[in-house]
Amino acid sequence: MKLKEIQAILNARGLTGEENPELEVQSACSSDMMSDVLAFPKEHMVLLTGLVNPQVMRTADMLDIRMVVFVRGKQPAEEALELARECGISVLSTDHTLYNASGILFMNGLNNNVKG
Amino acid sequence: MHVLREEFDVVAMDFTTAGEASATIKRLLKKLGVNSSVVRRLSIACYEAEINLVIHSMGGKLILTVGAQDVTLTSEDVGPGIPDIDLAMSEGYSTASEDVRMMGFGAGMGLANMARNADGFSIESKVGVGTRIEMVFRLTDAQKTEGAV
Repeated sequence: MKLKEIQAILNARGLTGEENPELEVQSACSSDMMSDVLAFPKEHMVLLTGLVNPQVMRTADMLDIRMVVFVRGKQPAEEALELARECGISVLSTDHTLYNASGILFMNGLNNNVKG
Repeated sequence: MHVLREEFDVVAMDFTTAGEASATIKRLLKKLGVNSSVVRRLSIACYEAEINLVIHSMGGKLILTVGAQDVTLTSEDVGPGIPDIDLAMSEGYSTASEDVRMMGFGAGMGLANMARNADGFSIESKVGVGTRIEMVFRLTDAQKTEGAV
């Protein structure tokens, strides 16, 4: 699923001004615990989170995550966005909750290859 | 034969710089042309080790040694040590504070995740003194695959 589709489906806005609309992901992870994100990484993953500190970008960078979606309309500190730009991470923000945003993406086909 | 050896100081409870050493190490390994799957595994383990130094120790360092056959990453700290290593290695066990959990860490996955990502893992700890973790990542298998005709 491409960033521009995720942005439209979640009615999300770009936060760094450098989001790549064609950036494609094949899986998703939703968590406020970066420890869990580090323990269960997948390839070409989008990270959905309500945590807004710069360590989100550090974690994403370590896992080669290139797309982060902040939920509940959260606005990260400029420091976190600056780090995202440095690392080439596209950042979106949606007003949906973590649960709803995850469900919407899942229903639209970003389902980590779950069968049935 | 060592191709490269670098040390990185890690400051206790400094979340502003936490992860910088791991990011530098990742860039270094990429620059050296290390296989991307090895870089990914090492980056995850390295970041876990760095976060542990930040949240559990009184300060420490990460030592990166790149050899012809493998990369060794050592984490050394001065700190409280780990009284029960088996317990600390079990997933979900954590002594991290609520403040650390609010930062998104301290789920008790770190040591087990380091061991899972490394090809070799050893840990020594002395209560009241500190902890030393050594992780080895083999380069040879990855390079053989990459270089296979």
